[in-house]
Amino acid sequence: MAFFEMAKTALRTVLSRPATIRYPFEPAKKTLLTRGHVTIDESKCISCGTCQRKCPAQAILLNKEEKTWQIDRLRCVVCNSCIDTCPVKCLFMDTQYTAPVVSRGVDIITITYVKPVKAADKGEAQG
Amino acid sequence: MTKQIIIPFGPQHPVLPEPIHLDLVLEDEMVVEAIPSIGYIHRGFEKLVEKREFTEYVYVAERTCGICSFIHGLTYCQGIEEIMKVEVPERALYLRTIWSEYSRLHSHLLWLGLFADSFGFENLFMNAWRIRERILDVMEQTTGGRVIQGSCKIGGVRRDINGEKLAQMSKDLDSIQQELEELTNVFLRDASIKHRLKNVGVLSRDDAYSLGAAGPTARGSGVAIDLRKTGYAAYGKLNFQPAVESDGDCYARCMVRCRELFTSIDLIQQAIRKIPDGPTDVKVTGAPDGEYFTRSEQPRGELVHYLKGNGTKFLVRSRIRTPTLTNIPPLVKMLQGCELADVPVIVLSIDPCISCTER
Amino acid sequence: MTTEEQLTTSIELGQLIGRVEKFKKEGYRLVQVNCTKIGEVYEINYSFDKDFVFRNLRITVTGETEVPSISGMYWGAFVYENEMHDLFGIQVKGMNIDFKGNFIRTSIRYPFGAAIPKGEQP
Ligand code: SF4
Ligand code: SF4
Repeated sequence: MAFFEMAKTALRTVLSRPATIRYPFEPAKKTLLTRGHVTIDESKCISCGTCQRKCPAQAILLNKEEKTWQIDRLRCVVCNSCIDTCPVKCLFMDTQYTAPVVSRGVDIITITYVKPVKAADKGEAQG
Repeated sequence: MTKQIIIPFGPQHPVLPEPIHLDLVLEDEMVVEAIPSIGYIHRGFEKLVEKREFTEYVYVAERTCGICSFIHGLTYCQGIEEIMKVEVPERALYLRTIWSEYSRLHSHLLWLGLFADSFGFENLFMNAWRIRERILDVMEQTTGGRVIQGSCKIGGVRRDINGEKLAQMSKDLDSIQQELEELTNVFLRDASIKHRLKNVGVLSRDDAYSLGAAGPTARGSGVAIDLRKTGYAAYGKLNFQPAVESDGDCYARCMVRCRELFTSIDLIQQAIRKIPDGPTDVKVTGAPDGEYFTRSEQPRGELVHYLKGNGTKFLVRSRIRTPTLTNIPPLVKMLQGCELADVPVIVLSIDPCISCTER
Repeated sequence: MTTEEQLTTSIELGQLIGRVEKFKKEGYRLVQVNCTKIGEVYEINYSFDKDFVFRNLRITVTGETEVPSISGMYWGAFVYENEMHDLFGIQVKGMNIDFKGNFIRTSIRYPFGAAIPKGEQP
C-alpha cells in the first residue's frame, strides 16, 4: 500500500507552467504538415473536375461554364484527397485553420487559367 | 420482496460524454438488471459505401471514430488489399504499426484520464492528458492530423517519416516512458484508487469468453485474445506479449491498460529499430471483387470490418463491428449485482466508444 | 501479407441452430453477426473464432423469413440480432432481450433493407 503517490506529481504541476495554450490570445499549435484548409492556385487549374469527383465530402463544386471553383469550408473534412489527386498539382494545404464563422457559405474562386495558344487553336477547330 | 425501481442512466450523464442509455432496475441500492439502448447518433456510415468510390471510403472509414481513427483506416485498407491481392511494401507496414501504437498510447491515456475523472480524481485526469498531448504532437508532426491522421491509403501509406524524425521520436518516447511510470504508479499503487476499484464490476473468465468480450475487457478477465498476435501489419515481426490479468474487476482492466502503454512504447521502439528502407506505397489499379473479414486490434479490442465488392468501384457492403458493440453484453453482466454508485466507474471501465459503435 | 484463412460455409436456415450449437460446444466464441442485402435477398453471416481460427456460417433469406435467434447459445448475440432487425428489418424469433425496434432508433425505418420513408410509417 502506498500513500501520497500523487504528491510528487501534483507538486510538480503546481510549480511548472500550465500545459495549455491560452488560445485565442496565443496562436494554436501548428506543424509543417498540419492540415488547415485547402487553397487553390487559380492560374493553374485546368477545370478537369477530378477534385470534385474525389472529394468524399462533396465540398467542391466546379462550374466549367463560368470558370469558377467553389468550396464549402464547413463541408470540407480536410482530408487531403483533392490535393493528392489534382493532376496539375494546383491545390495546396495551408497549415492555418479556417476562422470560425457564424453562417454557412461557400468560397468562390474564379479560375484565371488560359489554355496555351496552341491547345486553344485546336479546341476552336473542334468546337 | 423489496420494491423495484427503474433509474435511467444517460444518454446525458456527466461521466460519459457519449450517449448510451441504460435502464437500471434497482432493489434498494443494488442493480439487479441493466437494459442498454443505443441509437442516439446512428450516422449510417455503412450505407455511404454505396455512394463513394472504394478509394475514398478510406477517409470515411477513418472518421468512424475520433480516437482510434488510424486503426479504422488501416483495417479498411487491409481488407481491400486482401481482396485485391495487393502486396504492401515492408516500410509501409512498419509505419502503419508505429502509428497504430501511437494511437493506442493516446487512446489509453485518454481513457486513464477519463477513468480518473469518473472516480473523482481530477488532478490525475489532467496529468494523463498532459502526457497524451505529447503523443498527439508527434502524430500531428508526422501525419498532419492530431486526431484524424489520414495517413493510410490502399496500397501503403501517404506519408513517410524520415530517419531523423524516427530517432527523435524514439528519444522522446524514453522520456514519455518515465512520465508514464510515475503516472501508472499512482493508478496502480494509490490506496484510495485501489479501494475504489478492487472487486468492482467483476467479470468471470467464462463470461468474458462466451459473451464475446474484446480487448482489455477480455484480457482483464484472463482471456488472452489479442489480434495483434495474428501478425497483421508488422506485428508478426515484432516481439511482444499481450498484458493479461485474471481478476476481472475494474482494477484489473485498469492494470491491463497501464501495462499496455509500456507494451506499445516497446513495440514502437522495436519498429523504429527494425524499419527497412524502401518505397511506402504501390499503385493500385482495378476494383475489388470478393469479400473479406478483416480484423485488427484496437485500443478497445477486436475490430472487424466486413467488406464485399462486386468488381465495380463501389462496394456492396462494408460492415464495421466495433469493440464496444461486443463489449455491451459483458457490461450488462458486470452491472448485475453492483451498487448504483459504482455504475459510472463500471461503464467507463470497458472504455465505451458509442459513436464508433453506431457508425 | 497476412492472409487469414476464412472458411465460409453456406447452410440452410433449418441447420443454423444445430451448427451454432456445435460451434458453441467446440469452444468457439461469437465474433459477429452481420447482414448484407444483395438484390432482393439478405445474406446473414455468423462468424466464430477460436484461437484465431476464423469460421463463418452463411444463410440466405428473403425479407419475410423469420430467422431463429441464437441468443440461447450465445447470450451476447442480442446486440447483433436487434441491430439486424432495426437496420434491415429481418424478423428474429426468440431473442432473449427483444427491443422491438428500439435498439437503434433511425428516422427512416429499416434504412439498410427495404426502407420505409418517413411519411409512410405507421
Ligand atoms: S480536403 Fe478532402 S473534403 Fe476537403 S475539399 Fe479536399 S477532398 Fe474534399
Ligand atoms: S483543382 Fe486540380 S483537380 Fe480540381 S479541377 Fe482544377 S486542375 Fe482539376
